[in-house]
Amino acid sequence: MALYPASRPTSQRHTLSVLVENRPGVLSRIAGLFARRAFNINSLSVSPTERPDISRITVTADVEDVPLEQIIKQLNKLLHVLKIVDLDDENTVNRELVLVKVAADAKTRSDVLEIVQTFRVRVVDMHPESLVIEATGAGAKLDSMLALLEDYGIIEIVRSGSVALTRGPKALSEKVIGSEIKGR
Amino acid sequence: MVLPTPLQAFSSVPKAAAGTDKQTIADGEKMTGAEALVRSLEDLGVQDVFGIPGGAILPVYHAIKDDSKFRFLLMRHEQAAGHAAEGYAVATGRVGVCIVTSGPGATNMLTPIADANMDSVPMVVITGQVGTDAIGTDAFQEADIVGATYPVVKHSYLVTDAQDIPRVLTEAYYIANSGRPGPVLVDLTKTAQVGEMYYSWPQRMILPGYNPTMKAHGRVLTDAARLFERSYRPVLYVGGGAVRSDARKQVEKLAEVTGAPVVTTLPARGIIPDSHPQNLGMPGMHGTIAATGAIQRSDLLVAIGARFDDRVTGKLDAFAPTARVIHIDIDPAEIGKNRVADVPIVGDVATVLDDLIPQIEKLQAEHGKPDLKPWWAAIDRWRNKYPMTYAEPTDGTLAPQWVVQQLGKYADPSTIWVTDVGQHQMWASQFLNFENAHSWLSSSGLGTMGFGLPAAIGASIGAQRFFDDKKPVWLIDGDGSFQMTSEEMTAAFLEHAPVKIAILNNSALGMVRQWQTLFYDHHYSATNLHDGDGKAEDYANDGQPTDGFFDVPDFVKLAEAYGCVGMRAFTKEQAVECIRKANEINDRPVLIDFRVWKDAMVWPMVAAGESNNNVVYMPGIQPLKGHNADMDPDEDTDGADAAADAEN
Repeated sequence: MALYPASRPTSQRHTLSVLVENRPGVLSRIAGLFARRAFNINSLSVSPTERPDISRITVTADVEDVPLEQIIKQLNKLLHVLKIVDLDDENTVNRELVLVKVAADAKTRSDVLEIVQTFRVRVVDMHPESLVIEATGAGAKLDSMLALLEDYGIIEIVRSGSVALTRGPKALSEKVIGSEIKGR
Repeated sequence: MVLPTPLQAFSSVPKAAAGTDKQTIADGEKMTGAEALVRSLEDLGVQDVFGIPGGAILPVYHAIKDDSKFRFLLMRHEQAAGHAAEGYAVATGRVGVCIVTSGPGATNMLTPIADANMDSVPMVVITGQVGTDAIGTDAFQEADIVGATYPVVKHSYLVTDAQDIPRVLTEAYYIANSGRPGPVLVDLTKTAQVGEMYYSWPQRMILPGYNPTMKAHGRVLTDAARLFERSYRPVLYVGGGAVRSDARKQVEKLAEVTGAPVVTTLPARGIIPDSHPQNLGMPGMHGTIAATGAIQRSDLLVAIGARFDDRVTGKLDAFAPTARVIHIDIDPAEIGKNRVADVPIVGDVATVLDDLIPQIEKLQAEHGKPDLKPWWAAIDRWRNKYPMTYAEPTDGTLAPQWVVQQLGKYADPSTIWVTDVGQHQMWASQFLNFENAHSWLSSSGLGTMGFGLPAAIGASIGAQRFFDDKKPVWLIDGDGSFQMTSEEMTAAFLEHAPVKIAILNNSALGMVRQWQTLFYDHHYSATNLHDGDGKAEDYANDGQPTDGFFDVPDFVKLAEAYGCVGMRAFTKEQAVECIRKANEINDRPVLIDFRVWKDAMVWPMVAAGESNNNVVYMPGIQPLKGHNADMDPDEDTDGADAAADAEN
């Protein structure tokens, strides 16, 4: 049934890995499809893969099962989409990267550094009035770290979309055969 | 000087390859990209191409020569070129091809592309594009048509290298015509058109992400056959997919084997003959009571190349509430989109039915057929009590439904019927008797006014090419929609497409007016067209308006201005006379201006968003409303009495 908008407060988080032909305009087609089908995405990241002819798009979205099925089918209709997998949390390694600039002067710096140590993240820039912290991890870890840093005054945040791989020796692209895309 | 935006900023332009991987391809004949395009079309077997030239596509037009193997048809508006290609495609089952220029030429193609996408019409649209060095600079007649058409194409290409042209055309043609058919856009930069390449044929396609499923897999066929075995109120709900799959024989066979009633959606009219005793006609918003009622009361709904469009389902939650659903469609995304399918079958309709029918026969041989007699008794009661009917005009004008019936009565049986969009479209669907598949063209999904005339021209050209010119084309049109593309009478005359045009002229945008009457308080906001208000006496003087009274436009004069024959009918006698004359004229287009009743309405009707159970047969009569109103043979509802009154 059409339950648009697809995302509701109670919806579960899904992570989609989409293998696509590495060619111009692909991201535009996919992003356009999400917008057109009223599908709100949480994060999206695109990168090259182990195969030069394939790119990998990782999408996270809070979405009900039925609209998710529909959006996967619609994505599959795009000719540049080669493979879509709805990753299962249990068997997936999921990481995000965040850079956060926190206000920290002589008085508060040691407290902030304690948080940095506890979360095993790194300081990549230091200034008499601020720190820049680089952190990677699953979304929940980053959220709790950011919540703690909030008290000291967060000046700026930038955060990547989630990237994810399945555990074990298999690659998603193994199932894509016969693609040899060049110069189009 | 400010440098132009680097190409990478434009979504569809490939980055310059790292290093120089210039392969030296020297196999094949050396020619320009434009020549390669023309040659590719010839090698694909394309025989007719519609379009209009322009700056950015001129190299291609220069390459079209007198001895090119396809015929080029010059239209007068790009939109019309697109609809003509659609009409050609639907009437002949081939791919429609058009070639237009960049910028406005390309954006004018948006409507036909969207139309073809909704109705799954195979079409290849070739647009010109500015040179690669000008892309992204807002150059003259530049439009990012690939970007603009993302939502409405099956696939699209931006071609920047001449060497790619034959392969891209091969792929485009294949994609348009395979799987669920649809429009494919090939945006051809001027750089690719003038660039030199080495032409070879055939080309190998590279489509790793495109594998349409043709055959059904797994146990779904047995599951479907079992459902038939256990169902006592089945309905075959046949849609446009069955037409695209050319599944007439299979649908007829399935109807015969199962004994189930068949309803045909708007694009599927004619897939089985209307004279077939199991054909209940069209369901939905303006469908027959029998078709809509059968669906609503069914216990098994078999959707065959149909997509549960809101014009069929009405309020989705109340649609066929007691039915289990078998859904056969070549597009997996259609299955479960609007209605959950108990048995989803992905595959080509004809192929799937060929595999399914023996399974059903096998089960029937083991367990016998379910008894459908009570079901047919209920259906026949609907059919007898609520046939298609209409109210007679009260002002002495013609009843549009009567005109449609007469057109059907006097037409050649092999006629291809084309309509535009509006009341006349529904009346044509309701009151014509369709006997042949591929003989009905209408803009169904998108509802594009202006579709009719160009599509009729395309169908006429297709009939000349593939049917020995033996299929005449009748266009049933409205005075409103006809004016959206009436300029194409030029193309009809000059390209020798002798279409017969019946304008049901009620001097209004009739369907909108009907909604205004029913739902907007009789407030006729902006729906009077003033092109058919004149009475017979106004034209008494040799067909010339008297007393300075003019209908604008005067369709008869308009037709004559375009070299066509124009006629006007106020009375039944005149109407029949005009139809007879029109059927005899085959050397040029004919237009008849039928003056019909302004207040004629399309009934039955399910108001938008309402349940199909609330279908109104005639004002005040709702045969499907209430608990099992028509399932009980003894119950004589008030509705039935009122229906009898209406007929008397």
